[in-house]
Amino acid sequence: MFATHRFGLGLRKPHYSDFLDGEAAVPVDFVEVISENFMVDGGRPLDVLRRVREHHPVALHGVSMSIGSADGLDLGYLGRLRSLVDAIDPLFVSDHLSWSRICGFNSHDLLPLPYTAEALDVVCANIDRAQDSLGRTMLIENPSSYLALEGEMSEWAFLAALCQRTGCELLLDVNNIYVSARNHGFDPVAYLAGIPADRVRQIHLAGHSQGRELLIDTHDKPVPRSVWSLYAEAIARVGPVATMIERDDAIPPLADLLAELDTARRIACDPARRTA
Amino acid sequence: MSLHALQAGFRDWLTKEARPGPLCAARFEAGLSIYLNNYRAQLMDCLQESYGIVHAWLGDAAFEAAAATHIDRAAPTNWTLDAYGADFAITLRRLYPGDPEVADLAVLEHALTQAFTAPDAAPLDPASLGAIEWDHARLHFVPSLALLTTTSNAAAIWSALSQGTPPPAAQLLPEPTTILVWREGFTPAFRTLDPAEGQALVILKEGHTFGAFCAELVAHVGEKAGPAMAGAYLGQWLSDSIVADIADAKL
Repeated sequence: MFATHRFGLGLRKPHYSDFLDGEAAVPVDFVEVISENFMVDGGRPLDVLRRVREHHPVALHGVSMSIGSADGLDLGYLGRLRSLVDAIDPLFVSDHLSWSRICGFNSHDLLPLPYTAEALDVVCANIDRAQDSLGRTMLIENPSSYLALEGEMSEWAFLAALCQRTGCELLLDVNNIYVSARNHGFDPVAYLAGIPADRVRQIHLAGHSQGRELLIDTHDKPVPRSVWSLYAEAIARVGPVATMIERDDAIPPLADLLAELDTARRIACDPARRTA
Repeated sequence: MSLHALQAGFRDWLTKEARPGPLCAARFEAGLSIYLNNYRAQLMDCLQESYGIVHAWLGDAAFEAAAATHIDRAAPTNWTLDAYGADFAITLRRLYPGDPEVADLAVLEHALTQAFTAPDAAPLDPASLGAIEWDHARLHFVPSLALLTTTSNAAAIWSALSQGTPPPAAQLLPEPTTILVWREGFTPAFRTLDPAEGQALVILKEGHTFGAFCAELVAHVGEKAGPAMAGAYLGQWLSDSIVADIADAKL
Protein backbone atom coordinates (compact mmCIF):
# COMPACT_ATOMS: atom_id res chain seq x y z
CA MET A 1 0.00 0.00 0.00
CA PHE A 2 1.33 3.44 -0.90
CA ALA A 3 1.34 6.08 1.80
CA THR A 4 -0.58 9.23 0.96
CA HIS A 5 -0.63 12.73 2.33
CA ARG A 6 -3.52 13.43 4.66
CA PHE A 7 -4.42 16.88 5.94
CA GLY A 8 -6.32 17.57 9.13
CA LEU A 9 -7.16 20.04 11.87
CA GLY A 10 -7.35 20.02 15.62
CA LEU A 11 -11.04 19.86 16.54
CA ARG A 12 -11.77 22.76 18.90
CA LYS A 13 -15.02 23.85 20.55
CA PRO A 14 -15.63 26.98 18.44
CA HIS A 15 -15.75 24.75 15.35
CA TYR A 16 -18.01 21.99 16.66
CA SER A 17 -21.02 23.39 14.83
CA ASP A 18 -19.05 23.59 11.54
CA PHE A 19 -18.31 19.89 11.82
CA LEU A 20 -21.70 18.80 13.11
CA ASP A 21 -24.25 21.12 11.53
CA GLY A 22 -22.51 22.62 8.49
CA GLU A 23 -24.23 22.19 5.14
CA ALA A 24 -21.07 20.93 3.46
CA ALA A 25 -18.57 18.46 4.92
CA VAL A 26 -15.45 20.17 6.26
CA PRO A 27 -12.72 19.39 3.72
CA VAL A 28 -10.25 17.60 5.99
CA ASP A 29 -8.98 14.03 5.91
CA PHE A 30 -8.95 13.69 9.70
CA VAL A 31 -9.36 15.61 12.91
CA GLU A 32 -7.29 15.46 16.05
CA VAL A 33 -8.68 15.91 19.56
CA ILE A 34 -7.06 16.31 22.95
CA SER A 35 -7.66 12.86 24.44
CA GLU A 36 -8.15 14.07 28.02
CA ASN A 37 -11.09 16.28 27.03
CA PHE A 38 -13.00 13.14 26.10
CA MET A 39 -11.81 10.75 28.82
CA VAL A 40 -15.04 11.43 30.71
CA ASP A 41 -17.96 9.26 31.73
CA GLY A 42 -20.63 10.75 29.48
CA GLY A 43 -22.49 13.87 28.42
CA ARG A 44 -22.06 16.23 25.49
CA PRO A 45 -18.29 15.88 24.88
CA LEU A 46 -18.49 12.18 24.08
CA ASP A 47 -21.64 12.68 22.03
CA VAL A 48 -19.86 15.31 19.92
CA LEU A 49 -16.86 13.05 19.40
CA ARG A 50 -19.00 10.07 18.39
CA ARG A 51 -20.89 12.19 15.87
CA VAL A 52 -17.72 13.67 14.39
CA ARG A 53 -16.23 10.18 14.22
CA GLU A 54 -19.12 9.11 11.97
CA HIS A 55 -17.70 11.36 9.24
CA HIS A 56 -13.98 11.75 9.97
CA PRO A 57 -11.09 9.62 11.20
CA VAL A 58 -10.01 10.89 14.62
CA ALA A 59 -6.48 11.08 16.04
CA LEU A 60 -6.22 11.05 19.86
CA HIS A 61 -3.53 13.42 21.09
CA GLY A 62 -2.72 13.27 24.80
CA VAL A 63 -1.08 15.79 27.09
CA SER A 64 -1.14 13.93 30.42
CA MET A 65 0.39 10.49 29.98
CA SER A 66 3.68 11.77 31.42
CA ILE A 67 5.81 9.19 29.64
CA GLY A 68 8.95 10.68 31.15
CA SER A 69 7.85 10.25 34.75
CA ALA A 70 10.35 8.43 36.97
CA ASP A 71 7.30 7.21 38.93
CA GLY A 72 5.97 5.23 35.96
CA LEU A 73 2.55 5.64 34.42
CA ASP A 74 -0.79 6.31 36.09
CA LEU A 75 -2.70 3.08 35.50
CA GLY A 76 -6.08 4.76 36.05
CA TYR A 77 -5.21 7.17 33.26
CA LEU A 78 -4.18 4.34 30.97
CA GLY A 79 -7.44 2.50 31.63
CA ARG A 80 -9.48 5.57 30.74
CA LEU A 81 -7.47 6.12 27.58
CA ARG A 82 -7.92 2.48 26.58
CA SER A 83 -11.71 2.87 26.92
CA LEU A 84 -11.63 5.90 24.65
CA VAL A 85 -9.41 4.11 22.13
CA ASP A 86 -11.85 1.18 22.07
CA ALA A 87 -14.80 3.53 21.56
CA ILE A 88 -13.24 5.70 18.83
CA ASP A 89 -10.85 3.39 16.97
CA PRO A 90 -8.48 6.31 16.37
CA LEU A 91 -6.21 6.93 13.44
CA PHE A 92 -3.31 7.62 15.85
CA VAL A 93 -2.70 7.76 19.59
CA SER A 94 0.02 10.20 20.57
CA ASP A 95 1.58 11.99 23.53
CA HIS A 96 4.70 14.01 24.27
CA LEU A 97 8.31 13.30 25.10
CA SER A 98 8.03 15.07 28.45
CA TRP A 99 6.85 14.52 31.99
CA SER A 100 4.24 16.16 34.21
CA ARG A 101 3.72 13.84 37.21
CA ILE A 102 5.97 13.03 40.17
CA CYS A 103 5.28 11.97 43.78
CA GLY A 104 1.54 12.49 43.33
CA PHE A 105 2.00 16.01 41.95
CA ASN A 106 0.77 16.79 38.43
CA SER A 107 2.10 19.97 36.82
CA HIS A 108 -0.24 19.87 33.80
CA ASP A 109 2.67 21.10 31.73
CA LEU A 110 5.03 19.35 29.33
CA LEU A 111 8.23 19.51 31.36
CA PRO A 112 11.65 18.79 29.85
CA LEU A 113 13.69 15.63 30.30
CA PRO A 114 17.46 15.28 30.51
CA TYR A 115 18.52 13.20 27.52
CA THR A 116 20.44 10.63 29.54
CA ALA A 117 20.67 6.84 29.47
CA GLU A 118 18.67 6.69 32.71
CA ALA A 119 15.87 8.83 31.25
CA LEU A 120 15.90 6.69 28.10
CA ASP A 121 15.37 3.55 30.19
CA VAL A 122 12.50 5.22 32.06
CA VAL A 123 10.76 6.50 28.93
CA CYS A 124 11.20 3.18 27.08
CA ALA A 125 9.69 1.26 30.01
CA ASN A 126 6.76 3.67 30.14
CA ILE A 127 6.13 3.50 26.38
CA ASP A 128 6.29 -0.31 26.49
CA ARG A 129 3.73 -0.28 29.28
CA ALA A 130 1.47 2.15 27.43
CA GLN A 131 1.63 0.27 24.13
CA ASP A 132 0.89 -3.03 25.87
CA SER A 133 -2.02 -1.49 27.72
CA LEU A 134 -3.47 0.25 24.66
CA GLY A 135 -2.80 -2.66 22.35
CA ARG A 136 -1.32 -0.39 19.70
CA THR A 137 1.71 1.58 18.62
CA MET A 138 1.99 5.10 19.99
CA LEU A 139 3.25 8.23 18.30
CA ILE A 140 5.63 10.29 20.43
CA GLU A 141 5.82 14.03 19.83
CA ASN A 142 8.94 16.15 20.24
CA PRO A 143 8.27 18.95 22.76
CA SER A 144 9.34 22.56 22.67
CA SER A 145 11.47 23.42 25.69
CA TYR A 146 12.81 26.41 27.55
CA LEU A 147 15.81 24.87 29.22
CA ALA A 148 18.29 22.22 28.14
CA LEU A 149 19.13 19.93 31.04
CA GLU A 150 22.51 18.25 31.26
CA GLY A 151 22.35 15.24 28.91
CA GLU A 152 24.33 12.55 27.15
CA MET A 153 22.71 12.75 23.73
CA SER A 154 20.71 15.08 21.49
CA GLU A 155 16.93 15.10 21.49
CA TRP A 156 16.89 13.58 18.00
CA ALA A 157 19.23 10.78 19.06
CA PHE A 158 16.98 10.17 22.07
CA LEU A 159 13.92 9.92 19.81
CA ALA A 160 15.72 7.60 17.41
CA ALA A 161 16.66 5.33 20.32
CA LEU A 162 13.06 5.34 21.58
CA CYS A 163 11.79 4.20 18.18
CA GLN A 164 14.43 1.54 17.94
CA ARG A 165 13.85 0.13 21.44
CA THR A 166 10.05 0.34 21.74
CA GLY A 167 8.77 0.27 18.17
CA CYS A 168 6.99 3.58 18.77
CA GLU A 169 6.55 6.05 15.94
CA LEU A 170 6.85 9.80 15.77
CA LEU A 171 4.62 12.83 15.65
CA LEU A 172 6.93 15.58 14.46
CA ASP A 173 5.96 19.05 15.62
CA VAL A 174 7.84 21.29 13.21
CA ASN A 175 7.09 24.42 15.24
CA ASN A 176 8.48 22.75 18.36
CA ILE A 177 11.71 21.91 16.54
CA TYR A 178 12.01 25.52 15.43
CA VAL A 179 11.27 26.92 18.92
CA SER A 180 13.72 24.58 20.69
CA ALA A 181 16.39 25.12 18.01
CA ARG A 182 16.19 28.88 18.53
CA ASN A 183 16.09 28.56 22.32
CA HIS A 184 18.99 26.14 22.59
CA GLY A 185 21.03 27.04 19.55
CA PHE A 186 20.98 23.83 17.53
CA ASP A 187 20.46 23.41 13.80
CA PRO A 188 16.86 22.38 13.03
CA VAL A 189 17.93 20.74 9.79
CA ALA A 190 20.42 18.58 11.72
CA TYR A 191 17.46 17.58 13.91
CA LEU A 192 15.47 16.51 10.84
CA ALA A 193 18.46 14.61 9.53
CA GLY A 194 18.88 12.82 12.87
CA ILE A 195 15.40 11.41 13.38
CA PRO A 196 14.37 8.15 11.71
CA ALA A 197 12.34 9.57 8.82
CA ASP A 198 10.56 6.27 8.17
CA ARG A 199 9.02 6.37 11.69
CA VAL A 200 7.28 9.74 11.28
CA ARG A 201 3.53 9.23 10.89
CA GLN A 202 2.19 12.70 11.60
CA ILE A 203 3.28 16.34 11.53
CA HIS A 204 1.99 19.27 13.60
CA LEU A 205 2.21 22.84 12.37
CA ALA A 206 1.65 25.81 14.65
CA GLY A 207 2.80 29.29 15.57
CA HIS A 208 4.79 30.69 18.48
CA SER A 209 5.52 33.97 20.26
CA GLN A 210 8.67 35.86 21.11
CA GLY A 211 9.15 36.02 24.88
CA ARG A 212 11.60 38.34 26.61
CA GLU A 213 14.54 36.02 26.01
CA LEU A 214 13.15 32.84 24.51
CA LEU A 215 10.61 31.76 21.92
CA ILE A 216 7.43 30.45 23.51
CA ASP A 217 5.34 27.67 22.03
CA THR A 218 1.97 29.42 22.32
CA HIS A 219 0.09 27.72 19.46
CA ASP A 220 -2.03 30.86 19.23
CA LYS A 221 -0.83 32.36 15.93
CA PRO A 222 -0.76 31.41 12.26
CA VAL A 223 2.11 29.22 11.13
CA PRO A 224 5.01 31.64 10.43
CA ARG A 225 7.17 31.64 7.33
CA SER A 226 10.12 30.14 9.22
CA VAL A 227 8.03 27.10 10.21
CA TRP A 228 6.61 26.68 6.70
CA SER A 229 10.15 26.61 5.43
CA LEU A 230 11.16 23.95 7.95
CA TYR A 231 8.00 22.00 7.06
CA ALA A 232 9.16 21.89 3.44
CA GLU A 233 12.49 20.46 4.66
CA ALA A 234 10.66 17.93 6.82
CA ILE A 235 8.18 16.74 4.24
CA ALA A 236 10.96 16.33 1.67
CA ARG A 237 12.65 13.94 4.10
CA VAL A 238 9.73 12.00 5.61
CA GLY A 239 7.52 11.75 2.53
CA PRO A 240 3.73 11.62 2.57
CA VAL A 241 2.43 11.68 6.14
CA ALA A 242 -0.56 13.15 7.94
CA THR A 243 -0.14 16.90 8.47
CA MET A 244 -2.32 19.12 10.59
CA ILE A 245 -2.62 22.67 11.87
CA GLU A 246 -2.65 22.70 15.67
CA ARG A 247 -4.16 25.89 17.08
CA ASP A 248 -4.79 25.77 20.83
CA ASP A 249 -5.58 29.38 21.68
CA ALA A 250 -6.98 32.48 19.98
CA ILE A 251 -8.92 30.11 17.75
CA PRO A 252 -9.76 31.84 14.44
CA PRO A 253 -12.71 31.07 12.13
CA LEU A 254 -12.50 27.64 10.53
CA ALA A 255 -11.93 29.21 7.10
CA ASP A 256 -8.62 30.70 8.30
CA LEU A 257 -7.34 27.31 9.40
CA LEU A 258 -8.52 25.66 6.19
CA ALA A 259 -6.55 28.30 4.27
CA GLU A 260 -3.44 27.40 6.29
CA LEU A 261 -4.10 23.75 5.54
CA ASP A 262 -4.21 24.59 1.82
CA THR A 263 -0.75 26.09 2.21
CA ALA A 264 0.42 22.82 3.76
CA ARG A 265 -1.09 20.93 0.82
CA ARG A 266 0.75 23.13 -1.69
CA ILE A 267 4.07 22.72 0.10
CA ALA A 268 3.61 18.97 0.53
CA CYS A 269 2.98 18.63 -3.20
CA ASP A 270 6.03 20.74 -4.04
CA PRO A 271 8.42 20.91 -1.07
CA ALA A 272 11.03 22.69 -3.20
CA ARG A 273 8.81 25.78 -3.27
CA ARG A 274 9.13 26.25 0.52
CA THR A 275 7.17 29.48 0.85
CA ALA A 276 3.67 30.16 2.07
CA MET B 1 21.25 13.46 40.50
CA SER B 2 18.70 10.77 39.60
CA LEU B 3 15.80 11.48 37.28
CA HIS B 4 13.40 11.09 40.21
CA ALA B 5 15.31 13.63 42.32
CA LEU B 6 15.47 16.05 39.40
CA GLN B 7 11.72 15.80 38.81
CA ALA B 8 10.96 16.21 42.53
CA GLY B 9 13.20 19.29 42.47
CA PHE B 10 11.31 20.69 39.49
CA ARG B 11 8.07 20.18 41.43
CA ASP B 12 9.55 22.16 44.32
CA TRP B 13 10.39 24.98 41.92
CA LEU B 14 6.83 25.11 40.59
CA THR B 15 5.09 24.82 43.94
CA LYS B 16 7.53 26.57 46.31
CA GLU B 17 9.94 28.41 44.01
CA ALA B 18 12.74 26.41 45.65
CA ARG B 19 15.57 25.52 43.26
CA PRO B 20 17.55 22.30 43.72
CA GLY B 21 21.28 22.30 42.83
CA PRO B 22 21.07 21.17 39.20
CA LEU B 23 18.56 23.92 38.39
CA CYS B 24 20.56 26.73 40.03
CA ALA B 25 22.69 27.54 36.98
CA ALA B 26 22.17 31.06 35.65
CA ARG B 27 21.44 29.72 32.16
CA PHE B 28 18.22 28.16 33.50
CA GLU B 29 16.79 31.46 34.84
CA ALA B 30 14.70 32.43 31.82
CA GLY B 31 13.42 28.92 31.19
CA LEU B 32 12.44 28.28 34.80
CA SER B 33 10.50 31.55 34.84
CA ILE B 34 8.54 30.47 31.77
CA TYR B 35 7.67 27.08 33.30
CA LEU B 36 6.62 28.73 36.57
CA ASN B 37 4.48 31.24 34.73
CA ASN B 38 2.90 28.51 32.58
CA TYR B 39 2.11 26.42 35.67
CA ARG B 40 0.39 29.20 37.59
CA ALA B 41 -1.34 30.69 34.54
CA GLN B 42 -2.76 27.33 33.57
CA LEU B 43 -4.22 26.74 37.05
CA MET B 44 -5.57 30.30 37.15
CA ASP B 45 -7.25 29.77 33.75
CA CYS B 46 -8.66 26.48 34.97
CA LEU B 47 -10.25 28.09 38.05
CA GLN B 48 -11.58 31.00 36.00
CA GLU B 49 -13.15 28.62 33.50
CA SER B 50 -14.59 26.34 36.17
CA TYR B 51 -15.92 29.09 38.44
CA GLY B 52 -17.28 31.82 36.16
CA ILE B 53 -20.21 32.57 38.48
CA VAL B 54 -18.01 32.81 41.59
CA HIS B 55 -15.77 35.12 39.56
CA ALA B 56 -18.74 37.29 38.60
CA TRP B 57 -19.88 37.44 42.25
CA LEU B 58 -16.46 38.33 43.70
CA GLY B 59 -15.15 40.55 40.89
CA ASP B 60 -11.77 40.27 39.14
CA ALA B 61 -9.40 41.34 41.92
CA ALA B 62 -10.98 39.30 44.72
CA PHE B 63 -11.38 36.22 42.51
CA GLU B 64 -7.78 36.35 41.32
CA ALA B 65 -6.54 36.76 44.90
CA ALA B 66 -8.66 33.79 46.02
CA ALA B 67 -7.47 31.68 43.08
CA ALA B 68 -3.82 32.58 43.81
CA THR B 69 -4.33 31.53 47.44
CA HIS B 70 -5.82 28.24 46.27
CA ILE B 71 -2.91 27.63 43.88
CA ASP B 72 -0.48 28.22 46.76
CA ARG B 73 -2.48 25.94 49.05
CA ALA B 74 -3.41 23.07 46.73
CA ALA B 75 -1.11 21.63 44.06
CA PRO B 76 -2.83 19.58 41.37
CA THR B 77 -2.66 15.83 41.81
CA ASN B 78 -5.00 14.36 39.23
CA TRP B 79 -4.23 13.66 35.55
CA THR B 80 -7.22 15.76 34.53
CA LEU B 81 -7.38 19.50 35.05
CA ASP B 82 -11.14 19.06 35.45
CA ALA B 83 -10.38 17.72 38.93
CA TYR B 84 -8.36 20.78 39.90
CA GLY B 85 -10.50 23.17 41.88
CA ALA B 86 -12.80 20.45 43.22
CA ASP B 87 -11.92 21.79 46.68
CA PHE B 88 -11.85 25.49 45.77
CA ALA B 89 -14.89 25.85 48.06
CA ILE B 90 -12.69 24.93 51.04
CA THR B 91 -10.30 27.76 50.23
CA LEU B 92 -13.23 30.16 49.78
CA ARG B 93 -14.82 29.13 53.09
CA ARG B 94 -11.52 29.95 54.84
CA LEU B 95 -11.15 33.25 53.02
CA TYR B 96 -14.79 34.31 53.49
CA PRO B 97 -15.94 32.83 56.83
CA GLY B 98 -18.66 35.46 57.19
CA ASP B 99 -19.95 35.13 53.61
CA PRO B 100 -21.15 31.54 53.22
CA GLU B 101 -22.73 32.28 49.84
CA VAL B 102 -19.24 32.48 48.26
CA ALA B 103 -18.34 28.87 49.05
CA ASP B 104 -21.93 27.75 48.45
CA LEU B 105 -21.74 29.21 44.93
CA ALA B 106 -18.51 27.28 44.34
CA VAL B 107 -20.07 24.03 45.57
CA LEU B 108 -23.05 24.51 43.26
CA GLU B 109 -20.87 25.46 40.28
CA HIS B 110 -18.64 22.43 40.79
CA ALA B 111 -21.65 20.09 41.08
CA LEU B 112 -23.04 21.42 37.79
CA THR B 113 -19.67 20.80 36.12
CA GLN B 114 -19.61 17.25 37.47
CA ALA B 115 -23.13 16.66 36.16
CA PHE B 116 -22.08 17.85 32.69
CA THR B 117 -19.87 14.78 32.16
CA ALA B 118 -21.58 12.29 34.48
CA PRO B 119 -22.33 8.84 33.01
CA ASP B 120 -25.20 8.74 30.52
CA ALA B 121 -28.44 7.14 31.63
CA ALA B 122 -31.80 7.20 29.90
CA PRO B 123 -34.50 8.54 32.24
CA LEU B 124 -37.44 6.26 32.90
CA ASP B 125 -40.35 6.79 30.55
CA PRO B 126 -43.47 6.91 32.76
CA ALA B 127 -45.45 5.29 29.93
CA SER B 128 -43.25 2.21 30.22
CA LEU B 129 -44.23 1.62 33.84
CA GLY B 130 -46.20 -1.57 34.31
CA ALA B 131 -47.85 -2.78 37.49
CA ILE B 132 -45.53 -2.04 40.39
CA GLU B 133 -45.67 -3.35 43.90
CA TRP B 134 -44.93 0.05 45.42
CA ASP B 135 -44.33 -1.15 48.97
CA HIS B 136 -41.19 -2.95 47.80
CA ALA B 137 -40.23 -0.62 44.96
CA ARG B 138 -36.81 1.01 44.98
CA LEU B 139 -36.01 4.04 42.87
CA HIS B 140 -32.71 4.20 40.98
CA PHE B 141 -31.72 7.71 40.08
CA VAL B 142 -29.66 8.96 37.13
CA PRO B 143 -25.91 9.03 37.92
CA SER B 144 -25.70 12.80 37.50
CA LEU B 145 -27.98 13.38 40.52
CA ALA B 146 -26.36 15.15 43.48
CA LEU B 147 -27.85 16.65 46.62
CA LEU B 148 -26.15 19.70 48.11
CA THR B 149 -26.80 21.51 51.36
CA THR B 150 -26.73 25.29 51.41
CA THR B 151 -27.13 27.79 54.22
CA SER B 152 -27.31 30.80 51.90
CA ASN B 153 -29.35 32.01 48.93
CA ALA B 154 -26.55 30.92 46.59
CA ALA B 155 -29.05 29.27 44.23
CA ALA B 156 -30.87 32.56 43.65
CA ILE B 157 -27.58 34.42 43.20
CA TRP B 158 -26.37 31.78 40.72
CA SER B 159 -29.60 32.00 38.68
CA ALA B 160 -29.46 35.79 38.47
CA LEU B 161 -25.78 35.93 37.53
CA SER B 162 -26.09 33.17 34.94
CA GLN B 163 -28.93 35.11 33.28
CA GLY B 164 -27.01 38.38 33.42
CA THR B 165 -29.51 40.04 35.75
CA PRO B 166 -28.64 41.87 39.00
CA PRO B 167 -28.21 39.29 41.76
CA PRO B 168 -30.05 39.56 45.08
CA ALA B 169 -28.10 40.54 48.19
CA ALA B 170 -26.55 37.58 49.99
CA GLN B 171 -28.76 36.19 52.73
CA LEU B 172 -28.62 33.40 55.26
CA LEU B 173 -31.56 31.00 54.89
CA PRO B 174 -33.76 30.34 57.94
CA GLU B 175 -32.63 26.70 57.84
CA PRO B 176 -30.17 24.66 55.75
CA THR B 177 -31.72 23.78 52.40
CA THR B 178 -31.13 21.03 49.86
CA ILE B 179 -30.32 21.77 46.21
CA LEU B 180 -30.96 19.02 43.66
CA VAL B 181 -28.43 18.95 40.78
CA TRP B 182 -28.72 16.71 37.74
CA ARG B 183 -28.30 16.70 33.97
CA GLU B 184 -31.31 16.97 31.69
CA GLY B 185 -30.25 15.70 28.28
CA PHE B 186 -26.86 17.36 27.91
CA THR B 187 -27.65 20.37 30.08
CA PRO B 188 -26.92 20.54 33.83
CA ALA B 189 -29.88 21.71 35.90
CA PHE B 190 -30.71 22.41 39.52
CA ARG B 191 -33.62 23.38 41.75
CA THR B 192 -34.03 24.13 45.41
CA LEU B 193 -36.10 21.60 47.36
CA ASP B 194 -38.44 22.02 50.29
CA PRO B 195 -37.17 20.17 53.39
CA ALA B 196 -39.56 17.23 52.99
CA GLU B 197 -38.62 16.60 49.35
CA GLY B 198 -34.94 16.91 50.19
CA GLN B 199 -35.29 14.36 52.97
CA ALA B 200 -37.32 12.08 50.69
CA LEU B 201 -34.58 12.01 48.07
CA VAL B 202 -31.93 11.32 50.70
CA ILE B 203 -33.94 8.34 52.01
CA LEU B 204 -34.65 6.90 48.57
CA LYS B 205 -31.10 7.47 47.32
CA GLU B 206 -29.87 5.46 50.30
CA GLY B 207 -31.88 2.52 48.94
CA HIS B 208 -34.95 2.56 51.19
CA THR B 209 -38.18 1.31 49.61
CA PHE B 210 -40.95 3.54 48.36
CA GLY B 211 -43.13 1.90 51.03
CA ALA B 212 -40.77 2.95 53.81
CA PHE B 213 -40.68 6.44 52.37
CA CYS B 214 -44.51 6.61 52.26
CA ALA B 215 -44.71 5.37 55.85
CA GLU B 216 -42.37 8.18 56.87
CA LEU B 217 -44.57 10.73 55.13
CA VAL B 218 -47.73 9.29 56.70
CA ALA B 219 -46.11 9.60 60.13
CA HIS B 220 -45.43 13.28 59.48
CA VAL B 221 -48.43 14.52 57.50
CA GLY B 222 -51.13 11.88 58.11
CA GLU B 223 -52.88 8.97 56.36
CA LYS B 224 -54.52 11.08 53.70
CA ALA B 225 -51.86 13.61 52.79
CA GLY B 226 -48.89 11.20 52.95
CA PRO B 227 -49.63 9.03 49.89
CA ALA B 228 -50.78 12.07 47.90
CA MET B 229 -47.53 13.87 48.69
CA ALA B 230 -45.49 10.79 47.73
CA GLY B 231 -47.33 10.57 44.42
CA ALA B 232 -46.76 14.26 43.72
CA TYR B 233 -43.04 13.96 44.40
CA LEU B 234 -42.75 10.90 42.18
CA GLY B 235 -44.56 12.70 39.37
CA GLN B 236 -42.17 15.65 39.71
CA TRP B 237 -39.09 13.40 39.67
CA LEU B 238 -40.29 11.56 36.57
CA SER B 239 -40.96 14.90 34.93
CA ASP B 240 -37.48 16.15 35.94
CA SER B 241 -36.01 13.01 34.32
CA ILE B 242 -34.03 12.06 37.43
CA VAL B 243 -35.44 8.52 37.80
CA ALA B 244 -33.55 5.89 35.77
CA ASP B 245 -35.43 2.82 36.95
CA ILE B 246 -37.94 1.51 39.47
CA ALA B 247 -37.33 -2.05 40.64
CA ASP B 248 -39.94 -3.76 42.78
CA ALA B 249 -38.31 -7.16 43.43
CA LYS B 250 -38.18 -8.11 47.11
CA LEU B 251 -34.59 -8.23 48.30
